[in-house]
Amino acid sequence: MNNLYDIVVIGGGNAALCAAMTAAEDGAKVLILEAAPKAYRGGNSRHTRNFRCMHSGPLGPLIESYSEEEYFADLMKVTDGKTHEGLARMAIRRSEECLPWMESHGVRFQPSLSGTLSLARTNAFFLGGGKGLVNAYYRTAAKLGVDVEYDAKVTHLEVEDGKVVYLDYVQGEQTHRLAPKAVVVASGGFQADMDWLARAWGPAAKNFLIRGTPYNRGVVLADLLEQGVEQVGDPTQCHAVAIDGRAPKFDGGIVTRLDCVPFSIVVNKNAERFYDEGEDIWPKRYAIWGRLVATQPDQVGYVIIDAKSLELFMPSVFPPIKADTIEELAQKMGLPADGLRDTVDTFNAACGDTTGFHPTDLDGVSTSGLTPPKTNWARPITQAPFYGYSLRTGVTFTYLGLKVDDAAQCSMGNLPVRNLWAAGETMAGSILGKGYLAGFGMTIGTVFGRIAGKEAAKYAN
Amino acid sequence: MQTDLIQEARRQAEICNACRYCEGYCSVFPSLHANRAFSDGDITQLANLCHNCRGCYYACQYTAPHEFDLNLPAALAEVRHDSWEELAYPSVVARQFQKNGMAVAIAATLCFAVLFALAKWIGLREGEGFYAVMSHNLMVAIFAPAFLFPLASLVVSLRRYWSTVDGKPVTFNHIKQAFGAVANMRNLAGGHGDGCNFEDEDRFTQARRTAHQLVLYGFLLCFASTSSGTILHYVFDLPAPYGLFSLPKLLGIPGGLMMTFGAIWLFHLKLKADPELGAKAARSGEFGFIALLGFVGFSGLALYGLGATTLMPVILALHLGSVLAFFLLTPYTKMAHGFYRLAALVRDAQRKGA
Repeated sequence: MNNLYDIVVIGGGNAALCAAMTAAEDGAKVLILEAAPKAYRGGNSRHTRNFRCMHSGPLGPLIESYSEEEYFADLMKVTDGKTHEGLARMAIRRSEECLPWMESHGVRFQPSLSGTLSLARTNAFFLGGGKGLVNAYYRTAAKLGVDVEYDAKVTHLEVEDGKVVYLDYVQGEQTHRLAPKAVVVASGGFQADMDWLARAWGPAAKNFLIRGTPYNRGVVLADLLEQGVEQVGDPTQCHAVAIDGRAPKFDGGIVTRLDCVPFSIVVNKNAERFYDEGEDIWPKRYAIWGRLVATQPDQVGYVIIDAKSLELFMPSVFPPIKADTIEELAQKMGLPADGLRDTVDTFNAACGDTTGFHPTDLDGVSTSGLTPPKTNWARPITQAPFYGYSLRTGVTFTYLGLKVDDAAQCSMGNLPVRNLWAAGETMAGSILGKGYLAGFGMTIGTVFGRIAGKEAAKYAN
Repeated sequence: MQTDLIQEARRQAEICNACRYCEGYCSVFPSLHANRAFSDGDITQLANLCHNCRGCYYACQYTAPHEFDLNLPAALAEVRHDSWEELAYPSVVARQFQKNGMAVAIAATLCFAVLFALAKWIGLREGEGFYAVMSHNLMVAIFAPAFLFPLASLVVSLRRYWSTVDGKPVTFNHIKQAFGAVANMRNLAGGHGDGCNFEDEDRFTQARRTAHQLVLYGFLLCFASTSSGTILHYVFDLPAPYGLFSLPKLLGIPGGLMMTFGAIWLFHLKLKADPELGAKAARSGEFGFIALLGFVGFSGLALYGLGATTLMPVILALHLGSVLAFFLLTPYTKMAHGFYRLAALVRDAQRKGA
C-alpha cells in the first residue's frame, strides 16, 4: 500500500482543484485522481462560464455591488426556500474573498458576454469559460507540486471506525491501493449513470440528455452511501434545463441551450400547450423548463415561433426546422397537424394589443381567457416562415449527495468521518434542496473546495 | 476560394456563435458574434482577423474527441492561406510559394546570388566599396522594379480583398485603430494581457508576441535605414559606405539585430507549437519565410562586420540576393499576411464604428 500522499483528492474539476491547491499551499503532498482522460479533465467545470459573487463595491469584472441579503434572496426565490440557510450564507459571504484568490491562482475574467448583460453585476465570467479556468488551475497546481493521475477511476473507499483507511482506483488494467492521511471527495453527482437516474425517475429518465461530463457516474458517492456515510437530498432533484432535442447524449454543454421560449408557444407531442411561456425573463426561468418537459409524454416539447421572433434570441447551434405553413411545420416535426393548427389558432385569438411588446423587459403583453395563459411577450404566431425546435430535458447535475457541515466534513451517524471531506456538486445538495441559481455551483465548489483543502491539510499535518 | 474550407470554418463559427465563451480573447469573436449567418466574405474576414493566438482552442470544451470537433485556429488558418493564394496577383505564383517556401526561397536566394556574382564577373564596376562589386546604377536598375512590381501586385490583391469582405470607404480613424492594434500586437495579448498560447499548449506567454514585434520593428528600422541611405545618396550626394554614427547605420544595426534574433526566436517557437492548430500544408512555406527574413537581417549585419575583408563581395551578393528574393516574393509568401491583416483590422474598425 502506498502512503506517499498526505491527501488524495477524488475528482478533477473546480472544487477538486481548489481543495488540492489549498492543501498543497499548506504543505500537504497531494494527489488528484481524475476519472476522465486529460482531454476531458475538469468534470462539469469544463462547461461552466461564471462565478456568482457577493461584493460590496466594484470587484474585478463586477460592477456596482451585490449584498449578502440580495444574493440570499435570489437563492431563496429559485429554491422555494428549500435551502440550508447557514451553509448558503457562508458560501455567499466567502464568495467575495474567492474572486481575488481565483485571480491569484491564474483565473482571468472578462466582461459579461454578449447576450448575458443581465448578469454583469452578479456573475464574474471566466475568460475562455470553465475550461480556461480548469487549465489555469492545473498549471498552478503543478507548480505547487500537486500530482495528477488521469483515467484514474476510484472504485472504493474503505471506511472503518469513522475513518477512511484506504482507497482503490483502477487505471487501465491496473488496480492501485492508496492509504492517504485524508481524502477529499469532489467527484460530482451521478447524472451520467442512466440506470441510477432511471431508478429515481422511472423509464422517463432514458429520454434525458446529460449536458455535462459522461464521467460523473456517482461511483464514489454510491460506495460511501452504502457504507453509511450521511446522505442529503432527493434523487429526483437536479439542475435540469430544456435544451435542443438534437443535442448529443452527453457533453453538449452551453451551445445546446435555446433562448426562444419566451417568444414562442411550447407544445407537447399532442400539440397541446402546458405552461406559461412568458412567466418571467428567460434567465430566471430556463432552469424550470427541464422539469416541465420531463413531465410531458415522451419527455419532449416543441417550441414554435414565427419569422418576426427569429432574431430576438441568441443563435442556436443547430438551425431551426423551417416551414411555410403551420401544417407543414407540424408534419416536419412529427406533430398532429390539425392539433397544432388548433392550438396556434386558439393562442392567436387570445392575443390582444401587442404594441407594448418589448423583448428584454416584462412587457405585460399577455393572452386573455387562455389556459394556461401566456403573461408576457404574447404575440400571435402568424408571420411565415414558421420555425420550430424540439426540447428535451438536459440534466446538469444531481443534488443527492454527501451531507457536510460548515467545515465541509462528511459524517456517519452523528459523528464526523475523521479524515473525509467533500466539495462541489457531490455535496451541493447540502445547500440546494431544489432549483438553481446561475453561477452558484462554482461558488459552492470554490468556497467548499478551499475549506475542504484547508481542513484536510490541517488534519494531515 | 475553396468552398469546403469555407464551409468547415462556417460550421465551426456557428457553434462558436452559440457559445461565446471566447469573446474576450481577440478581435475575431466580437466580430463573429455580430453576425447570425456567415457569408463567404464574412468567413474570409474572420480568417484574416485571426492571429492564430490559439487561446480559443485550448479553452474550447468542444475540441476533439468531442463530436463537434472544433479547431477554429486551424479552420481559419486554412481559409486564410487559401485566400492569400486566391487573391494574389498573379495567383499561380502564390500557389508555388505559399506552401513550399523553404525550397523555393533557398533556390531563389542562390539564384540571385549567382546573378550578382555574374554582374561582378562582367565588370560593371565604376566606384568604391560595395559599388566596386556592383555599380549603383545596376543596383537601382534591378531593385527599383523589384520593389515596385510587388507593390503593384499587392495593390491589386488588397482591392480584391476589400471587395470580398464588402469593405467601406476608409477614414483616418479606421487606419489609426488598425495601426494601433498592430503597434502593440493587441491580438496576441490574450485579452488579459498575459500573452498568447503557442509554444507550450495552454500556457500564456509573451514570447510569440515579443518575437513578432522584434521582427516587425527590426524590419521597419532596416527599411528606414535603406531609405535614409537613398536620401543621403540622392539628396545630399553622400554615397555609401557610411560610418557607424550615420543614420543608415544607427537604424540598420539595431534593426538587423532585432530582425535576426526575432526570426530565430519565431522559428524556434514555431518548431515547438502544435502544427495541428495551423494550416499544415503551409508550414514549410512559413518556415521558409521566417528563414528568409532572418537571413536578410543576418547577411546585412555580416556585410557590416566583414565589409572590409575579402569575403565582402560574396556576402554582398548573398545579401542583395536575399533582399531581392524577399521583395519579389512578398505578395506570394507569408510576408503578404501583414497587408491582409492590416486590411482586416481596418475592416473591423469599420464594423465597430458602424
